[in-house]
Amino acid sequence: MFRTALRNVLAHKARLLMTVLAVMLGVAFVAGTLVFTNTISDAYQKSSAKGFDQVDVAVRPKYQESRGDQVGKLSDLTRATLDKAAKVPGAASATGVVSGFTAVADKDGKLAGGDWQSNGGNYWGTKDARYPLVSGHAPHGAGEVLLDSKTAERAGYRVGDTVRLSVNGPVLTPTLAGIFTTDDGNVSAGGSLALFDTPTAQKLFGKKGTYDEIDVKAAAGTSQTALKAGLDKALPAHLAETTTGKQLADDQAKQIADSMSGLKQALLVFAGIALFVGTFIIANTFTMLVAQRTRELALLRAVGASRRQVTRSVLIEAFAVGAVAGVAGLAAGVGIGAGLRSLLGSFGASVPDGPLVISPGTVVAALAVGILITMLAAWLPGRRAAKIPPVAAMSSVHAKATTKSLVLRNTLGALFAAAGVAVVLAATSMDTDSAQGPMGIGAVLLIIGVFILTPLLSRPLIAAAAPALRAFGVSGKLARQNSVRNPRRTAATASALMIGLTLITGMTVMAGSLQTAIDKMASSAIRADYVVSMANRSPLSPDVATRLAAADGVTASSPLRNAESRIDGKTEFLTGVNGSAIGKLTDLKVDEGTFTVGGSQIVVDKDRAKENGWAPGSHVTAHFEDGRSRQLTVAGVYEGNDMINGIMLDNKVLTPHLKDPADMQVMVKTAGGASEATKTRLTKVLGTNPAIKIQDKQDISNSIAQIFTTMLNMLYGLLGMAVIVAVLGVINTLAMSVFERAQEIGMLRAIGLDRKAVKRMVRLESLVISLFGGVLGIGLGVFFGWAAGELLGTKMPTYELVLPWGRMAVFLLLAGTVGVLAALWPARRAARLNMLAAIKAE
Amino acid sequence: MTTTPTAGRTTAVAARATELSKIYGQGETRVVALDRVSVDFRQAEFTAIMGPSGSGKSTLMHCVAGLDTFSSGSVRIGDTELGSLKDKQLTKLRRDKIGFIFQAFNLLPTLTALENITLPMDIAGRKPDKAWLDQVIAMIGLSGRLSHRPAQLSGGQQQRVAVARALASKPEIIFGDEPTGNLDSRSGAEVLGFLRNSVRELGQTVVMVTHDPVAAAYADRVVFLADGRIVDEMYGPTADSVLDLMKQFDAKGRTS
Repeated sequence: MFRTALRNVLAHKARLLMTVLAVMLGVAFVAGTLVFTNTISDAYQKSSAKGFDQVDVAVRPKYQESRGDQVGKLSDLTRATLDKAAKVPGAASATGVVSGFTAVADKDGKLAGGDWQSNGGNYWGTKDARYPLVSGHAPHGAGEVLLDSKTAERAGYRVGDTVRLSVNGPVLTPTLAGIFTTDDGNVSAGGSLALFDTPTAQKLFGKKGTYDEIDVKAAAGTSQTALKAGLDKALPAHLAETTTGKQLADDQAKQIADSMSGLKQALLVFAGIALFVGTFIIANTFTMLVAQRTRELALLRAVGASRRQVTRSVLIEAFAVGAVAGVAGLAAGVGIGAGLRSLLGSFGASVPDGPLVISPGTVVAALAVGILITMLAAWLPGRRAAKIPPVAAMSSVHAKATTKSLVLRNTLGALFAAAGVAVVLAATSMDTDSAQGPMGIGAVLLIIGVFILTPLLSRPLIAAAAPALRAFGVSGKLARQNSVRNPRRTAATASALMIGLTLITGMTVMAGSLQTAIDKMASSAIRADYVVSMANRSPLSPDVATRLAAADGVTASSPLRNAESRIDGKTEFLTGVNGSAIGKLTDLKVDEGTFTVGGSQIVVDKDRAKENGWAPGSHVTAHFEDGRSRQLTVAGVYEGNDMINGIMLDNKVLTPHLKDPADMQVMVKTAGGASEATKTRLTKVLGTNPAIKIQDKQDISNSIAQIFTTMLNMLYGLLGMAVIVAVLGVINTLAMSVFERAQEIGMLRAIGLDRKAVKRMVRLESLVISLFGGVLGIGLGVFFGWAAGELLGTKMPTYELVLPWGRMAVFLLLAGTVGVLAALWPARRAARLNMLAAIKAE
Repeated sequence: MTTTPTAGRTTAVAARATELSKIYGQGETRVVALDRVSVDFRQAEFTAIMGPSGSGKSTLMHCVAGLDTFSSGSVRIGDTELGSLKDKQLTKLRRDKIGFIFQAFNLLPTLTALENITLPMDIAGRKPDKAWLDQVIAMIGLSGRLSHRPAQLSGGQQQRVAVARALASKPEIIFGDEPTGNLDSRSGAEVLGFLRNSVRELGQTVVMVTHDPVAAAYADRVVFLADGRIVDEMYGPTADSVLDLMKQFDAKGRTS
């Protein structure tokens, strides 16, 4: 049997090609994911281990929990702590570390690092082992700065140049004292790093006289653990936490591995979708092969092969196909892994160098996935092959495909689909968190139901296309009839396409609705013309708010100043605002009382009022971080949203209690409203600072849209693989159908159907099947998008379903294009068919 | 038994092959399937082509019917010379001027009997001649089964549909390739009867390849082929006379 099976594989090379390709793509996706994530995490782990070379033990401040009326805070690591640490037996040296956000402008005034990768720090003493200098000298005083070599090169700065940079608002213009190199992961990933001398860094980052961390280097012969023990003994436990360098490296390695495994899982989900689509093609192929070989298989049975042997021969074929596809997929996957890495590099997000990691696990996974998926999908056709009676070998007439009744199938499908719809509908009325499980289960049930029902659905849906097809004359008529001729086959082919389109449409509907909702929320509650914030959302210096308030044409402005407080023994976050202006800058719905902020009068959002039992007139005692307290009165309760919420009080009350006032954003209203000129003026007022974003409502909308567009494009790319596999499926089905119908096509050619019409017939059939899959997919996608939206809607008052008609039209067009492209080769084959060979009787 | 040349007859010619040759392969693998064959198929005549396997009888029919290309010589259907036609024109010629009946029936399983009958007109985008269609269907005797699909019909009924399909578009000539090969003798006799009637009563021209002397006896004329050449010809054949002649060839084949 084994030899027979292998001979069959070789004999049907061409017909198995699409199957191999489909499996191969899925396997390549899996292998590529594994190779890529393994390689990246390996490289990061190596580079992070290197990053901790200079640290034997790190001393970090300890967080003192909030207790009673006392606001929690970090302990201070002072010079005294550092000196104490340096004197511990076995310590060779101690370095104080201070860091924060530092935006560096290049010569054109643009940010040299990314929004999130612009860092600053301190250069310790006159020679800091962490940062070897390439040129220049150590920075000294507020007028000098160092830059990493990559940033200096990119921004075009040389030693002696004046560098424009900003830490929390005001623009600074120190001189570039020197250039250093570093292994810092952010820098190698395209970020920037600016270093000041320690006192300047402490002042700029708001940590006067304290450090974020003290790195202690061990003397020769002292182990990290011994040094840690010494430090633990010398430093008060409530003041400092110590961690060995090795532990830090291990922690970071673990963190990297964790974040990579998240990425890996996400990618594997998409690989799984592609593979799932692939199983339809495999099952279809083997069903067709078995049908075409009915007489051959019956002959095997007639000469004494048992049913099990027949099934096994089909499975051996599947094994061979799966093995070939697995090996090819593995090879392609290694290529994809390598390609992805260099692709990341070309996007500027350079990753640390390292060898390509192809672990034994990857190899095993790729082969196992390829072989198992193929054999699993071929199992049913194999069983069907075993049911062919030996007498079929004797019958001279070509055995007809058994047109088993679809009644059982339809009943089952209807049950599944109905259950799915019911569960999804039930889930939409549940609360968001507990509904996720039922929603997922319902979606899966519905998809399975629709799969099972596709043969039934194919008839009416394809019949609906009949008027359009009639325009193509006899080609259209034959195409329509051919497409419903074998409903199971059509269904499997269309389903493959349906899956990808369901997901793509669902995501698009959800993303579009969410984007609109967030957009509305962002703009509807804001009356201000501009919102000013730091590029990375780090706090702004109060100086920014002061300057904006004094600027020409500004009629009202207010910072949103964040502070922690204790109220009734609980931590509450306060938002300090300019009480006289806030009413002109926001448009929040007031439920109770009045929107008055000033003196002891405050406003609170509805959720907090409900939680604490506050109402207009309630008295609240807030304990601030400096230990003092103040009695406040609730003046009004407003409806908060994701952008603006919490307890709002006047800055005149709040600011005196704060050590380091920091603003999340500043809202500005101008006399002339938002315009290019106003924006330019405000930009100038703030010293043309690259780190500060001045956004009007449109900018906010655009940046929200940008996030969604990027996310959607990534999803489209990942789901594109499933669509490509589906295209292979359409090609496969058509090619096999053309093969099966060779005699018919030969007859049609003989009685006068020309090549063009034959091609058109195959193309139209393909188009009909693809559009059928497209319509089903888009329909299901809209339903899921709607259902998911119902869930989100409970959390977002501004949420409403937005149907992206334009996109949906594009998806349908895509399905049609898929059909036309997939038919190219099969149609050519059909037209080129040898007429004489085809019409000859068997 | 007349085996004399037929120069005396003057009826118009529906199809004519002149010095027709068909050669496969080259050098040592060269096979001459047709060797300068000249033959006329006259209008309103039922011709059977006979010969042993490999004699070239099917090849001759395929070449004359525009299904296959030939190496040299000329083929005319009516006034049209086939040798110079491109595939598109050949297809159009088959569609408009030629009817086919195949051994394996070759009906489209997705179409009803009636739709199969009118398929050539559908392809051409022509409306069938209603009166003629009714006449053909009545003659074939399938009026009650027009909405059946081929799978619901017996072999004989399927072949009758195929005959109706060939007749329905009033072609200049009908070619049949072993049209009774897959039928039992009674169904075969019916189909051959229809073909003969279409020649006698409707003036149709029919050319049929067969190896069955009984089938050949329905024809007005039998052309015998061997080794790619026409070796004999017979008018008004009977099953016995055809069989006798075949035996002669057989004997000749064995002695030579």
